[in-house]
Amino acid sequence: MKVIILGCGRIGSTLARSLFREGNDVTIIDKKSEAFSRLGPDFGGAMVVGNGVDDAVLRKAGIEKAQAFVAVTNGDNTNIMSVQIAKVKFNVPKVVTRIYDPIRACAYRELGIETICTTMIGARLIKDYVMGNDLGDIGQYCELTDDEAHL
Amino acid sequence: MYVIVAGGGKIGHYLSRALVDANHEVLLVEKDRARAAYLAEDLADAVAVGDACEVRTMREIGMERADVVVAITGDDEDNLVICQMAKLKFDVPRALARVNNPENEELFKKLGIDTTVSSTKIIFNLIEQQIETNEVIPLAPLQKGNIEIVEVDLGPGSPVVGKRVPQVVLPDGALIISIVRDGHAILPNMDVQFKDGDSVLALVSSDKETDLRGIFGAAR
Repeated sequence: MKVIILGCGRIGSTLARSLFREGNDVTIIDKKSEAFSRLGPDFGGAMVVGNGVDDAVLRKAGIEKAQAFVAVTNGDNTNIMSVQIAKVKFNVPKVVTRIYDPIRACAYRELGIETICTTMIGARLIKDYVMGNDLGDIGQYCELTDDEAHL
Repeated sequence: MYVIVAGGGKIGHYLSRALVDANHEVLLVEKDRARAAYLAEDLADAVAVGDACEVRTMREIGMERADVVVAITGDDEDNLVICQMAKLKFDVPRALARVNNPENEELFKKLGIDTTVSSTKIIFNLIEQQIETNEVIPLAPLQKGNIEIVEVDLGPGSPVVGKRVPQVVLPDGALIISIVRDGHAILPNMDVQFKDGDSVLALVSSDKETDLRGIFGAAR
């Protein structure tokens, strides 16, 4: 599978290495070339330096042939915009992004963009563990209560 | 009108100033506290500190009663999210975004942003129009640059010389305004014949400018 990952931080680099190890065609994009050091010496995928909301950079990464696009930079808005470019402009079949802000994550999920809110997942998972509750699934963790939606 | 301006850079500042002077209710939202304090020296209580991308900020500044939101920061991704969230969560009737990378204009439109403004594109168009002056000189871009007034100088080799106005088939969306001959403007009546040395003033949509040039064509 040809996968493009935007953002070579902890999540991006871990995901890239794991997908590459399993035989996928992986291209990772980051603003800074230093970030690629997280990939380690065994990573054999492609690395592209540039801004992930720039068409030219995405084309260079091969977005026109990608089957999946993942946006995991540390900027929610960069992630939101890049996945919309991937979806609307380049028709990438599978598009997903990590969003820190629970409200933005929820709003864009309603617009049909797959968002994963690690803030909510982390907080609720930890709470369930501390309270001794059964653990939930991603869907339950990411959904906002009315109170949370009106923070 | 209640206008919310997101982004207190120079454009945001002077836009807010102009809107205040035009008697609109304005709120300029700026993330940086020090910058916001500076802006408040000029705009007083028309400045709020906060991240306009956050729904919490939007709620505090009364986004739900805004008539227009203008996202004018230097980052296209922030401008996109501000406009989308304002429409999605607060049903703001009009959202305008500044687009720094002109390639994003089309995307923003597809994603439901009503109006985009790209200073990069405006300046680029101005430069292009300056240097693209073979026979056709665009005098003024109209309607967001879609329609232009152009001046065509006819040379002896022009295929229209000797023809009357109705004999020349113009591209769709083009219109002859006037013919300037020996310093005098002539109205393009049915019986006017084109002559070597004429300057033809025409209205044309930008994408048909090349076609128009072809029709009047030839050497100066």
